[in-house]
Amino acid sequence: MDLKEKLVSSFLAFENQVDVDSPIHDVRSEAIKTFEEKGFPSKKEEAWKYTSLNTILKHDYSVFPKQENALEFSDVKKYFIHDIDSYKIVFIDGKYTSHLSQTTHDSMDVCLMSAALAKPKYRLVIENYFNKIATKDSLSSLNTAFSSEGAYIHIPKNKLVEKPIQIIHFATGNESAVMLQPRNLIVVDENSHVQIIERHQSLTDNPVLTNSVTEIYANKRAIVDYYKVQNDNENASLIDNTFINQKQESVASVHTFSFGGKLTRNNLNFFQNGERIDSTLKGVTIIGNKQHVDHNTLVHHIEPNCESHQDYKGIFGDSATGVFNGKVIVNKEAQKTNAFQANNNILISDKASINTKPQLEIFADDVKCSHGCTIGQLDESAMFYMRSRGIPEKEAKALLMYAFSNNVLSSVKIPEIKQRITKIIATKLGVKIGFDL
Amino acid sequence: MLKINNLHASVEDKAILRGVNLEVKAGEVHAIMGPNGSGKSTLAAVIAGKEEYDVEEGEILFENENIDELAAEERAHKGIFMSFQYPVEIPGVSVTNFMKTAINETRKAKGLEDMPANEMLKLIREKSELLEIDRKFLSRSLNEGFSGGEKKRNEIFQMAILEPKLAILDETDSGLDIDALRIVANGVNKLKSKDNAVIVITHYQRLLDYIVPDFVHVLHNGKIVKSGTKELAHELEEKGYDWIKEEVNA
Ligand SMILES: Nc1ncnc2c1ncn2[C@@H]1O[C@H](COP(=O)(O)OP(=O)(O)O)[C@@H](O)[C@H]1O
Ligand SMILES: [Mg+2]
Repeated sequence: MDLKEKLVSSFLAFENQVDVDSPIHDVRSEAIKTFEEKGFPSKKEEAWKYTSLNTILKHDYSVFPKQENALEFSDVKKYFIHDIDSYKIVFIDGKYTSHLSQTTHDSMDVCLMSAALAKPKYRLVIENYFNKIATKDSLSSLNTAFSSEGAYIHIPKNKLVEKPIQIIHFATGNESAVMLQPRNLIVVDENSHVQIIERHQSLTDNPVLTNSVTEIYANKRAIVDYYKVQNDNENASLIDNTFINQKQESVASVHTFSFGGKLTRNNLNFFQNGERIDSTLKGVTIIGNKQHVDHNTLVHHIEPNCESHQDYKGIFGDSATGVFNGKVIVNKEAQKTNAFQANNNILISDKASINTKPQLEIFADDVKCSHGCTIGQLDESAMFYMRSRGIPEKEAKALLMYAFSNNVLSSVKIPEIKQRITKIIATKLGVKIGFDL
Repeated sequence: MLKINNLHASVEDKAILRGVNLEVKAGEVHAIMGPNGSGKSTLAAVIAGKEEYDVEEGEILFENENIDELAAEERAHKGIFMSFQYPVEIPGVSVTNFMKTAINETRKAKGLEDMPANEMLKLIREKSELLEIDRKFLSRSLNEGFSGGEKKRNEIFQMAILEPKLAILDETDSGLDIDALRIVANGVNKLKSKDNAVIVITHYQRLLDYIVPDFVHVLHNGKIVKSGTKELAHELEEKGYDWIKEEVNA
């Protein structure tokens, strides 16, 4: 039985576990139909031309992993940004783990999707927001069909959330292969501000496939900063489907740091539903071996006077492959749009490759849109310059690569994340850089 | 300190250096002059270890050791420094961080611990004062958007920090106004001692009024065709290079 059949037939078993009277159950039933019709995307589809799911779909994934709560904080501490106080929503093999988490209902809700789906007091929010901006593509639909757990964050208006929220998914590897489908809903009301960190971490070399959907609503003048730390084991694959709906004058940013994993596909979609909106999409990708990272972004400018800034940097070694597919749509009404997109790549091996493709669909006439992509090698003259000052080849390379990704890090607002990321970069490049980054 | 014997070097099968002989002893200042394209920068880069150039014949001895097989960084660790004719811009790396890395990597190569932060600060401050470099300048990306003069001053600043045994200054004077020239020359002279040596590559006699050479060599077509004392520099300034070319061809 292939994975698609297995998932479709598992849906019946899934229905036995969940409350079929829940208002979202119709949504789930619709979604499994959509998935059944469409199936997993193949390379025949334009958006999947350079990313094949074939090899990762062939494992016999357990789709309902057994409950496993045996992790101690000390075992997994390093995967947290532990040097800061934060709220934490932690899952182990898809199940919520209270002893590693710190949730709250004190003047806001930082808790679980399962609770939000079950309890009447969340019903209104769920009705208004759940699955409202996630597209009906096959993978998001698959997630919707099985949506039952994940993070639920609702920040009411005029609230500055004083500490970041970490959403962490651990896969224990207790089963030979596991598929996880977290579903997150984040609603940030007027004038509120929140910072969120998301991480998926497999603890063994057993294959893991995560197909996650995150819906984020940044309402009027809200500020949302989202950081995705993708540094998973090389048998773990991630399909991240994130949808952000922005209302007027809101400011939203997503930074994606992709260093690990076997195959990572980021479907990142911004919808600007209001004026004077600011959207930032930034990413640093540093991979090697046979790793694959695909950034598939969409910024849809719907109303006038908005901005978007995209800046993705990639460094590809060994036989690693990368894809950047950045789509910007500017509606006819969206005059005075400022849309900026850059994708710069360095290939440090002959066998590494990157496919980069900007797609601009501009229907308004009074707009400023720029895009640029570069693919290059490390600058040899810069290498010689540094080496002539006593900086060895490896460190010189690292310093150049660090410098290359530096401006993406400069917009990171949580210093501990910046430190962590630079540390990961240094580790990735196998060096200790002679100064504090 | 430095002994170059019959050095032939080429790039992409194009011969550039065609048998250079040069000996530089500790405490000496040598000037290398010569028309454009004669191979001055190539000679400097080959001594500093640029891999692009193939050494086809001859040898370079530094403190009696053949350095042919050494990487650029290893030569730097031994005390060879080249001030670039065209310093490279490195966006995203500040002057300070670059120097900290250079210092600590050099120390590491010598088996020393990292330099303590306060000592580092003091060193950087001291040397930036010597070269009259503004503090703000130090946090800017290395050479990025620097004027020609700022780049050259920054090269000598780096030299002052690294305190090399052999400094090769490749056209450090070009692009400098007279004040900057004085500052740079003063920086070089302050560092001069009986234990180190300087090779000044220049087009003009101007710099040599400040950094006074013990010997002057003329490089032409990849060969040192004439050597003399500082009077030779004056002669070249007056008469140009044509008479040398004629002498060589005769
Ligand atoms: N990397 C290189 N590739 C090709 N030709 C080079 C390279 N470097 C130097 N040359 C050539 O070698 C000759 C000497 O250059 P250079 O050493 O820069 O001379 P100088 O510094 O005396 O002006 C010139 O003809 C120059 O074009
Ligand atoms: Mg030159």
